[in-house]
Amino acid sequence: MTALGEFVTMTELTSEPMPQRLMAPRLLPHSDMRTVDDLLERPQKVVATGVNFYYGALQALHDVSLSMPQNCVTALIGPSGCGKSTFLRCLNRMNDMIEGTRLEGQILLDEIDIYRPRTDVVELRKRVGIIFQKSNPFPKSIYDNVAYGPRVAGIGKRSELDEIVEESLQRSALWDEVSDRLNESALKLSGGQQQRLSIARALATNPDEQLMDEPASALDPKSTARIEDLIFELKDAYTIVIVTHNMQQAARVSDQTAFFYEGRLVEAGATTDLFTKPRQRQTEEYITGRFG
Amino acid sequence: MIGANRNGRPYAKAASAVFAYACALCAFASIAILSLLLWQMLSYSWGWLDWQFLTSFDSQLSPRKAGVLAALVGSLYLIGLTTLLAVPIGVGAAIYLEEYAQRSPWRGLVQTNIANLAGVPSIVYGILGLGLFVRGMKMGAGVLAGALTLTLVILPIVILASQEALRAVPSTIRQASYALGATRWQTVWHQLLPAALPGIMTGVILALSRALGEAAPLVAIGAAGFVMFVPQGINDKFTALPLQIYNWTENANEEFRVHVAAAGIIVLLAMLICLNATAVFLRYRFGKRIRW
Repeated sequence: MTALGEFVTMTELTSEPMPQRLMAPRLLPHSDMRTVDDLLERPQKVVATGVNFYYGALQALHDVSLSMPQNCVTALIGPSGCGKSTFLRCLNRMNDMIEGTRLEGQILLDEIDIYRPRTDVVELRKRVGIIFQKSNPFPKSIYDNVAYGPRVAGIGKRSELDEIVEESLQRSALWDEVSDRLNESALKLSGGQQQRLSIARALATNPDEQLMDEPASALDPKSTARIEDLIFELKDAYTIVIVTHNMQQAARVSDQTAFFYEGRLVEAGATTDLFTKPRQRQTEEYITGRFG
Repeated sequence: MIGANRNGRPYAKAASAVFAYACALCAFASIAILSLLLWQMLSYSWGWLDWQFLTSFDSQLSPRKAGVLAALVGSLYLIGLTTLLAVPIGVGAAIYLEEYAQRSPWRGLVQTNIANLAGVPSIVYGILGLGLFVRGMKMGAGVLAGALTLTLVILPIVILASQEALRAVPSTIRQASYALGATRWQTVWHQLLPAALPGIMTGVILALSRALGEAAPLVAIGAAGFVMFVPQGINDKFTALPLQIYNWTENANEEFRVHVAAAGIIVLLAMLICLNATAVFLRYRFGKRIRW
C-alpha cells in the first residue's frame, strides 16, 4: 500500500501476471536486421562528432557523437525534450530556419562537413529528405505534391515527371490507392495516406538519406504498420534515421538505436544489443518503461 | 436553483441584460444612420440619376445636362493605375519583410514606420505628392501624379494586409517546401503566394475602395474639379468622383448642390459596394477551397 492507500491501480485490478510496460520491448529479429559486425563494416553515411546545439542561450545538445551506417535504420529514442528531434533536424540543417540557433562540432555526410561555410543548403536538403510528425501536404493535387521536388530541381518534362510520380508513389505503397485520382486535392486523403504521400514526395527528389521525425505517431495502428513495412523496404536504397517515441517501433524497424536523455547521447548500439543488454542504467530504466 | 445568484449581486443579471441591449442599440444605430443617409440620397437623386447623367460631361450652367462621365472614367483610370503601382510594391515589400529580412533593429524600425504610415491623414500624402510628383518631377496634376499620390496613401495598408496573409500560411508548408530542396524564391512563388492570394486580394480591394473615396489628396495636388473630356494619356488632367461631388456641393445652384450631387454620390457608393462585394466574394470563394 502506498501513501494513497485507497487507490487501486490498474495492475491490481487486472490479473495479468506482469504489466507489459515493465518489460523491455520484445525483439523479433527478422532476417533483414543488421548485426553488430554488419553495422561496423558498412560505410558510415553520416558521422556527427562533438555536436553542441543552442537555441539562443539554451543548450539543447551536449557533445553528441554518433555515426549512422549506410543502408541501415538508426532509431533515436528518449523522453520528450531530450534533443532527439533537434539532433535529427541538424542532419539536414532544418534548424537553420529558426532564428538564433547555433551549432558547434562537425557533421559529415559522405565525409564532407555539411556545416562548412560554402555548403549549398538547398542541395543538401535534396540529398537528405525529411518527413515530419504531422503530415503536411501542400494544398495542391496529389500529382503536384509529389512532382514538387523534381520541379523545383528543374525537371519540367511531363513524361519524366509522370515516371517519377508513379515510381515514388509505388515505393511509398500509395500508388494502388490513388492512381486513378492523381489530380484530386491531397487534402482529401486520410491521415495515413497523407503521411505516405509525404514519404512519396520526399522520395521523388531521390535523396540518399531519409530523416523521419515520429512519422507514425499521429496514425492508427494499421497505418503505422504500413509505414513500418515501408521503412523496412526502403532501407536497402536509403540510409534512414527515425525519431520515435515508441520503443516497440524502434525495436521493430531499426538496426541501430541511440538513446538520448537531457540533451546528451547516453548510449548507442546495435538494436539487438541495446534492447537486450543495455550498458547504462538510464537506458535500461527507459526501455523497460520505468521512466519517460 | 441553478443560476441563482448566491454571491449577493442581485442586479448582475439585469445589468447584463441592459448591457446587451445597449450594445445592440449601438449596432442598430450605425445601420439606421447609414440607411437614412442612403434613403435621403436616393430620394434627392430620383429622376436625376439616368443614362444621360452617366454619359454626359459636366455642365457649367444647366443641371439637367450635367453628367458624371469625366469623373467616372477618371476614377476608374486612377484606380487602375493605383492598382498597378501599389500591388507589386506592396506585395514585394511584404514578402521581403516576412520571408527574407532577418530579425534586426532595422527591420523593427521599418515595420513600426509602416504601421504608423497607415495612420497618417491622407492630406499629408497629398502635400507630399504635390511637392514630389507634381512640382519636383514636373508631372503636373495629371492621372499619373494622382495615382502615385494615392499609391502612397494605400501602400501601408496593402503591405500590412499582405504580411498578415503571408503570416497566416502555416509554417509546415514552408518547412515542407524547404525540406524538398526548394529555394526561398521557389517557396514564395509556388507555395506562399498562391496560399496567401485570397488574403492579399481582399486587403488590396479594401485599400482600393479607400483610394476611390479619397478627395483630400487629389485636392492637394491640384486635380481639376471641372473637366469636359476623358483623360487619354497618363499625364492628362482629370477629375475623380469625390472631387466632382465636392465641386457640385459647392455650387450656388440648388439643383446642382442637392440633386446632381446626390446622383454622383449614388454612383460612387455603387462603385464602392461593387469593390467590397468582390472582396467578400474572393474571401468566400478561396477561403473555402484551402483549409489547413
